[in-house]
Amino acid sequence: MRGLPWFAKVYLVAVIGAALGLLGHGVVSGRFAPLDWSTLLVLALLFLVCESMPTLLSVRQAAVSVSFSAALAAVVLLGADGAALVGMTAMLSVHPGLSPVKRLFNGSQFAICGYAAGGVYQWLGGTPHVPDVAGFDDLILPFAGAAAVFVPLNFALIAVILVATGQADQVPLRGLAQFMVSYLGYATFGLLIAGLWATVSSISAVLVLIPLFVARWAFGQYLAQQRSYDATIAALCQAVETKDYYTRGHCTRVSQASGMIAEEIGMGPERLRAIRYAGMLHDVGKLGVPTKVLQKEGPLTEEEFAAIQLHPMRGLEIVRGIDFLDEAFAGIMHHHERVDGKGYPMGLAGDEIPEFARIIAVADAFDAMTSDRSYRNARPIEVATAELRKGAGTQFDPVMVSAFVKALERDGWEPPRKVVPPPADDAETTIKDHDDPTMPIQVVAER
Amino acid sequence: MTVTAVRSPRAFQRLDSGQLLLIAVAGLMTVAGIAYTAVAGLEDPDFAIGFGALIAAGELARLTMPGNREVAPIGAAAALGYTLLLDMGRAPANHPALQVVAVLAVGMIAGALPHLAVGRPPQLDAMARRLVTGALLAFAYRPLAGPLREMTEENWTPVLGVMAALTMVTLHLDVLLASVLRAERVRAAFSVAVHDELRMAAPLGVAVAASGVLLALASHSMDMAALLVFAAPLLVTQVAFRKYAGIRATYLQTVRALSQVTEVAGYVEPGHSRRVSRLAVAVGRELGMAEPELLELEYAALMHDIGQLSLRDPIPGGATVHVDGEQARRIAELGAEVIRQTGVLERVAEIVRRQCDPCVEMPPLASRIIKVANAYDDLVGGSTDRDRAGAAMERLRLGVGGEFDPSVVEATTLVVGRLTRH
Repeated sequence: MRGLPWFAKVYLVAVIGAALGLLGHGVVSGRFAPLDWSTLLVLALLFLVCESMPTLLSVRQAAVSVSFSAALAAVVLLGADGAALVGMTAMLSVHPGLSPVKRLFNGSQFAICGYAAGGVYQWLGGTPHVPDVAGFDDLILPFAGAAAVFVPLNFALIAVILVATGQADQVPLRGLAQFMVSYLGYATFGLLIAGLWATVSSISAVLVLIPLFVARWAFGQYLAQQRSYDATIAALCQAVETKDYYTRGHCTRVSQASGMIAEEIGMGPERLRAIRYAGMLHDVGKLGVPTKVLQKEGPLTEEEFAAIQLHPMRGLEIVRGIDFLDEAFAGIMHHHERVDGKGYPMGLAGDEIPEFARIIAVADAFDAMTSDRSYRNARPIEVATAELRKGAGTQFDPVMVSAFVKALERDGWEPPRKVVPPPADDAETTIKDHDDPTMPIQVVAER
Repeated sequence: MTVTAVRSPRAFQRLDSGQLLLIAVAGLMTVAGIAYTAVAGLEDPDFAIGFGALIAAGELARLTMPGNREVAPIGAAAALGYTLLLDMGRAPANHPALQVVAVLAVGMIAGALPHLAVGRPPQLDAMARRLVTGALLAFAYRPLAGPLREMTEENWTPVLGVMAALTMVTLHLDVLLASVLRAERVRAAFSVAVHDELRMAAPLGVAVAASGVLLALASHSMDMAALLVFAAPLLVTQVAFRKYAGIRATYLQTVRALSQVTEVAGYVEPGHSRRVSRLAVAVGRELGMAEPELLELEYAALMHDIGQLSLRDPIPGGATVHVDGEQARRIAELGAEVIRQTGVLERVAEIVRRQCDPCVEMPPLASRIIKVANAYDDLVGGSTDRDRAGAAMERLRLGVGGEFDPSVVEATTLVVGRLTRH
């Protein structure tokens, strides 16, 4: 608790005190005596197991777990006091390294939520006992009410402590919808456990939990695969870049910058993921450009320039077999179009250029300018953004440029480390960079 | 190690005999079920319609798991629930087995129609398998439904035991059927196929079984509301599996796609990586490798030349077999280094690193397979000419002593013989 702001301390003490007061009052007034202790024990155990293995949706400081369904089942089967007791057991959950104060707080806030949900359940006409087989329909409305109180209360109690300790920005508000949907799913699990209690008592809990744990397992597998995939795609893109000493890391940085712009203009999570991949893969076609063209000093012939102009299409050919959003392909194909129509490969102009391509174009040029090249040093961020602004309306989409500038001001940018010029024989360096708007490629007409 | 017998050319290129048999059985069952129900009338029509709708919805939401396995977990759980149903609220459920088959078939067809309309036909054999296993359970369980319901008046536990036992038997039967089909389709050894299917089907199968039993129980206490309440939780499972299957598919597609960069850059001949990976996987299967190993083999084979990207100039024609040993080894090292950068594909990196090691140094089996497949493709390329393939195999067999693994060469000969036959 040391190091917490004073209001956080007051809040912690208030929540823990309130919970202990609730339970203490229950003991003194003898409301715990008529509870069915075997049911309580099973539910508490269930709650503990679930609480100990959270998270379908995981934020570093706050974990969502299935324990919620056990707490709601307790509301139905045991009433407010029983639910508060079950909630309090959260402090015994298996989280190595969690401080006693945090444990006490977790248990307390669950106890308060359980008690409040139990109150609402009874207020809406629910009676706390094992539901009768025939009486299931009467259960639904009070149960929904209880769930509707439990979730926001739980969320609010946790959010206050996160805000008070300055960790609030780690709770993604975007994920809130997904959060609510998964809670809805968990709520129905609680209803199932309660509804089946009359028939097969505690076996119902096992049956309900099996699909849930399988889902958890599958979700874990999915997350592991996703991480593994992201690492693999980044490693392979970097392998493509090893050919050119100076552009190393270009793909990951373009992916990052494209993501920043897309987030700034409010893209949804799926498109956001797609544009990050598109940014990562935008230059894979460059391998098709003969090295001698990239290394040539002085102006290029038209034929050589055509080879460079072909690289977005080459890239598209390579990645076409992947099940991305179509927009990602469009982004790769058209990332060298210009708003004034003088770009390549198709010479699209203005709104004809797909949104993804307009984003990648800005990110691509920015990274090219802020990285070292064999023919010049990296430019400062301010110079690069000024250059982007200058090109807005001719080369770049002004909307994307201003979105990027805004995102840069907020989040900052980590430019690549200074490149130590390579020993002459060890790696290839190219003389020109097709991405660099400040050094347009010179083309001479063939005669 | 198993060796599949060489078969005569098949009349049906796309369907194996086992698949045809299964589809025929499913068709007969459907006809019998619908005919019987049409004559005898629909017992408890609202239960049938409710569950039928859920089966249709589940079929609509079917998904394809890794290894091109089509599954419909929600539909399967609904079918299981309808089969195991004893009563709805308090009203007894008396539907006979043949009606279960009819509801199953109609629901599945209704759910498959929208897919068909947008040009995504179902895998007929997977659909037939779902129907046949569902029907078998119905034939075993429905006659017991009456006595079991009487037992529930006193005690649910033994009834639950019967439900669980029969469901488990059905699950295993389903896995066996799937293995037979798979072994025939991809020419894997049967025992390996059983293991693979079990590994793939177990988690989802257990979830479906639990949900199906739950559905039958829930209908007892919650009436038709059970169908709705139950659909939400299984949806969570379905969503998780769909995401998992999606990322697995994208992963493979991406590695396949990016393995072409060496070809685009002119380091290797067009199509080389894909051909080597295809041959390597076929050989690995012939040698009895299980699916997780085959996936690693495929990744390694696709990326076996990626180290060339670090080379200054493309090797003419890209053929690593003509390169001196020292340089080939260096390419392998560089490639392994690239793959190790991912931080997750350790074993794949190791396979790639040791792809040039001669057999006597005992590299992993996957490396030995890639060595042979790579050498074969360097000699033959995309050609399917039998004489050329035979000559190449002869050359590999006589190759430098200890260079290639004789058992891998043997298996490759069999696979190549099959590939160049048609």
